[in-house]
Amino acid sequence: MSSDGPPPQVADVEPESRAEGERRRIAPRAGAPVAPARDVNGATAAAGEQEPKQGLSVTLQQLRAFYGDAEQVKGIDLDFRANEVTAIIGPSGSGKSTVVRCINRMHEEIPGARAEGRVMLDDLDVYDRSVDVVAVRRAIGMVFQKPNPFPTMSVFDNVAAGLRLSSSGRGAQGKHDLRSKVEEALRAAGLWDEVAERLGEPGAALSGGQQQRLCIARSLAVQPEVILMDEPCSALDPIATLKIEELIEELKQRVTIVIVTHNMQQAARVADRTAFLLSGQLVEVGPTQEIFTKPNDPRTEEYVTGKFG
Amino acid sequence: MSVQGPPGARLARFAVSPARRRKDRLARGTVTAGAVIALIPLALVLFYLLRKGLGSWSPSFFDTDPTGNTFFKASSIGGIKSAILGTVEIVALASAIAIPIGIGTAVWLVEYGRTSRFASLVRFFVDVLTGVPSIVFGLFIYIVLVVGTGSSYAGYKGSLALSLLMLPVVIRSAEVILMLVPSGLRESALALGAPRWRVIFSIVLPTALPGMVTGVLLAIARAAGETAPLLFTAAATDRTNLNLGQFMNSLPVQIYKDVTSPTTAVVNRAWGAALTLVVMILLLNVIARLVSRRSRLA
Repeated sequence: MSSDGPPPQVADVEPESRAEGERRRIAPRAGAPVAPARDVNGATAAAGEQEPKQGLSVTLQQLRAFYGDAEQVKGIDLDFRANEVTAIIGPSGSGKSTVVRCINRMHEEIPGARAEGRVMLDDLDVYDRSVDVVAVRRAIGMVFQKPNPFPTMSVFDNVAAGLRLSSSGRGAQGKHDLRSKVEEALRAAGLWDEVAERLGEPGAALSGGQQQRLCIARSLAVQPEVILMDEPCSALDPIATLKIEELIEELKQRVTIVIVTHNMQQAARVADRTAFLLSGQLVEVGPTQEIFTKPNDPRTEEYVTGKFG
Repeated sequence: MSVQGPPGARLARFAVSPARRRKDRLARGTVTAGAVIALIPLALVLFYLLRKGLGSWSPSFFDTDPTGNTFFKASSIGGIKSAILGTVEIVALASAIAIPIGIGTAVWLVEYGRTSRFASLVRFFVDVLTGVPSIVFGLFIYIVLVVGTGSSYAGYKGSLALSLLMLPVVIRSAEVILMLVPSGLRESALALGAPRWRVIFSIVLPTALPGMVTGVLLAIARAAGETAPLLFTAAATDRTNLNLGQFMNSLPVQIYKDVTSPTTAVVNRAWGAALTLVVMILLLNVIARLVSRRSRLA
């Protein structure tokens, strides 16, 4: 990606070259055995027919996640379609956060935690032994519940952090290139107009809603194909929440979005599809409209109508 | 809900009872007295130090070595230049050894060892080391590096003894500060696709830096005031010596020697040296405070 030069418009990048670049980035390093059945053409077709779409699909296959001996996620099969917003809803403790944390392999950062099954990013198993976890996380960005800009860094440095912290180091980033990427990410996060004059201020000096959009800009800057959002609005007021929701609508043009939310109205507003989790199992997934109006499973109906949870 | 009854009765319900007022006064008086009593020895020490020590301060006090000539008038006994330089040099080397190892250990404990069995073992031994009397560290270095090698005392051996003393303090304080760094920061950096070592160097350590500086300065201050570990590792000498491989003077040892002298002028030099040491440590503490005020974690 970085060899493409400054991409002011991500749309400039051709789908083919992008898909191949993707393979180079995540795939095992030279010498490692290549995993079987790499369908390059399939990826290209999925990546963009007319409009060059950026997102990649994510598929969970019999995903199980453990904290020590406790099984928190009990075998989930779920498909997150490219360039769609999928909401995960469910009561507290149903495993929503654990599921999204398994997708970019953050789950394993918790001592004693492990995952089984497969998480396919397009056609690549992110849990394959030869896959570099760092590359997976660069392809799958994450926004957390609490806005958490790096406290020692300015607004600019926060957005540039992902680019600078990459293993390739900052040597690969020209100064001008970095600036344009930061601006691009801030624009994409709808924050540029508010912070253009305040790039040198500490990131923590922004309001809560701005901080969360700063965190979104930070994850956008490394140009991921998927963004995971773990209750991104739960610490925000309604106006800031509305801005994030509008942003999600725009962002799905370029990335696949998975959003965990406690707020069912939010799921109804932003999600193309909604999955309902209960006790670590998938109860039902479908178009959001259907989940909320005519769900197949009585438990889903009880939950979305507020009878429990 | 409205308050019932006529106005007089209403007020009586909300009045503070005399018994409670008495108890409050008693409790408040007790804790205030405790604070005042604790201040008394501190104030007396400072008062005596200033009264006795300031008298011996003069330009030549700081830029001459002890002459070893202790039976004549005050002007001929010399100053404490060798002791100041020796203390600075010994403590600097001790810090250069203890700080990197200590912070490295703390980073390992917090970022890698976490709850593993080996990490618990390391924590246990660090706790034990914290409680070891300083003379034991001196004895250890004496047995291993002075007696053990058949060689003699040297400044660097004193530094090693002090660094052992500093190590547990540095590890514990740095560990506490590193654990204060919100795990959300680590997670969001990892989720950006940063390798763990970059997360530590670019996010965790800069965030923890002000707090760690405080702990490190306090460890330095503690080591600078120690006499026991230096007595039989670095020994003492009158002349200024900048070579860490030889006998070296230091403020605590100079004070220890001078205060036992029968000559009043020499005892006064001990007071002057003590005041110098306290001022040096006070300056370190002030710096530590200024730095920690900037801490973003406080």
